[in-house]
Amino acid sequence: MIKRKGIVASGGVGIGKTYLIREDDLFVPKKSIAYSEISREIYRFEEALIKTRRQISNIQEKISKEIGFDHGRIFEAHFLVLEDRVLIEDVIKQIKNNRVNVEYAFSQSIKKYIDTLLKLNDEYLRERVVDIKDIARRVIKAMLKEKSAKLMSLKEKRVIVAHGLTPSQAADIPKEKVIAFITDVGGRTSHTAIIARSLGIPAVVGLKDITKNVKEADNVIVDGFSGTVIVKPTKKTLDNYKKKIDRYSKEIKAAKKPKIGKAVTKDGRQIDVSANIELPEELGLVKKYGADGVGLYRTEYIFLGKRDLPSEEQQYKAYLNVARKSKPAPVIIRTIDIGGDKFLSRSDVPQEMSPFLGWRAIRFCLARPAIFKVQIRAILRASAEENVKMMFPMISGIEELLQAKKIVASCKKELKKEKKKFDENIKIGAMIEVPSAALTADILAKECDFFSIGTNDLIQYSLAVDRANEKVAYLYEPGHPAVLRLVKNIVADAHKANIWVGMCGEMSAEPTLAFFLLGLGLDEFSMPPPQVLKIKELIQRVKFSDAKAAAEKAVNFSTAKEVEKYLKSKLRKVLDKDFFNFLNV
Amino acid sequence: MARLEKQVLIERKHGLHARPATLFVQLANKFNSSIKIKHQKEVVDGKSIIAILSLGLNKGAKIKIIAEGEDAQEALEELATFIKENG
Repeated sequence: MIKRKGIVASGGVGIGKTYLIREDDLFVPKKSIAYSEISREIYRFEEALIKTRRQISNIQEKISKEIGFDHGRIFEAHFLVLEDRVLIEDVIKQIKNNRVNVEYAFSQSIKKYIDTLLKLNDEYLRERVVDIKDIARRVIKAMLKEKSAKLMSLKEKRVIVAHGLTPSQAADIPKEKVIAFITDVGGRTSHTAIIARSLGIPAVVGLKDITKNVKEADNVIVDGFSGTVIVKPTKKTLDNYKKKIDRYSKEIKAAKKPKIGKAVTKDGRQIDVSANIELPEELGLVKKYGADGVGLYRTEYIFLGKRDLPSEEQQYKAYLNVARKSKPAPVIIRTIDIGGDKFLSRSDVPQEMSPFLGWRAIRFCLARPAIFKVQIRAILRASAEENVKMMFPMISGIEELLQAKKIVASCKKELKKEKKKFDENIKIGAMIEVPSAALTADILAKECDFFSIGTNDLIQYSLAVDRANEKVAYLYEPGHPAVLRLVKNIVADAHKANIWVGMCGEMSAEPTLAFFLLGLGLDEFSMPPPQVLKIKELIQRVKFSDAKAAAEKAVNFSTAKEVEKYLKSKLRKVLDKDFFNFLNV
Repeated sequence: MARLEKQVLIERKHGLHARPATLFVQLANKFNSSIKIKHQKEVVDGKSIIAILSLGLNKGAKIKIIAEGEDAQEALEELATFIKENG
């Protein structure tokens, strides 16, 4: 039994036999050709290029349809390589001068360029190399007339294991044959992760060397909740996980029945458990896992990877679509949280030493009101559906909130003049993710309708830890007393001002901390869709009074470990054994 | 036929890689003129993505764009502006 921990990319648990997708090493036979064969070889080359072009164009179309136009655009570089004059001329020269077969000439040219690119030792270029290898593999396959993937012919579903899936590989895989994805490389926003999430297939990425630790058709367990992959599990582990899957699928079924729908504690406190989404495609999951609404709709994807800024109409259509599909459940749209650098030439952006402390989110938006106003007008117009709320990221003080609200007010005025419909009483919230906002929550609460605590940033800022830095990542502790105290302060200040307060960070999906947050009086929890069921059931199985007592005590411990230990012991006491084990805390 | 050249500086954090390089080559291919990129002693075809990537142009790299042909003036201006804004 081998156990590995990676990055959670898509929730769910999958058990099955592995299917390895190997990176082809581009080895092709070398043959000498006669003078009279040169033109035939060149013709074969052209044919293969055209065939590959058609293939990629089909994949691009498929991805655009399944995931969205923007993800289809990642293939632009693929097309350029296929048309690359330097490469094509180099191949033809080799065929003519060295009298070798086209497969060999092509693989030599490609190898030469890949080696040069790898020598430059640059992580961006390494990613490009993956693309170039992918194209080369396709061109060579087209020339060798290889048959389509073996996976298609498999009778059973498999767990796909790969070093890193290229977008075109991911698109080629027949999804009905996939139990889960596991890869050596990648992060939460890698392509495999996005595809897996939108299809609701469990995935763990960034496992570093998983391809070296599994053989074809090994049994594996993929736990997409905790990011754990277990190769060749013992019978006991396997049985435990099988139970977990049974329970999980029962829960999905149960969630569809309205009686399980609401998260109400045994003593009658009702909590909203909502979902965070990045792409409209994830809305299906919001319903599937029984979330009470969208607690965080990130809008960055509309802006990223484009040369031109999206127009008001484009944005309006996107927001309207999400609002309509969610109805009657509420949707909280967060205005863009990106740095000025993402806008390319649109604004002159200085290089930043510490982008997390720099010019981003509301700071950027307030400095570029023209860009901000387009988004606000689009959100306001979508609010005519009456289930839309708006929130601002990275508020650090009252001035920013007032300035942003002023812009909203002026947009409302304009829309009224233009006789365009919107929700006059649209609720406006502030994300509390900067310690200065957490400590002045009483002041901010007077000027907004709700708070949403963004824990990923709040933890990083209050503990001064960059989670991506492996050397200090161990200091990133959601249960740190400082974090708990800040959260307690935010919730108390919100309630004093009679506004509700939610949380849209990963912290709210941690069972022990969710119990604590429930006890503090948090009104709304928002998390990735697959986590919703678990937290809903947890809430249904405890008493608010127990959670409250535990929360009051938990803030007084000195370390995150003590807090965790205490909350865990409390949970064990109030939950039945089965469910406690299922939570795997 | 005009042969024109212009020196530009790569200022973007990640250099002329990935997406900017793709866009640069797409733009270069719109012109009839031949486009060459000179970096240190190497001169490569500016219409080739592979050639440009092989130069490994990082932040701070000084490159010379050389355009030769009927629309050299226009090509040079547009490409230099592109580098200024995106490179």
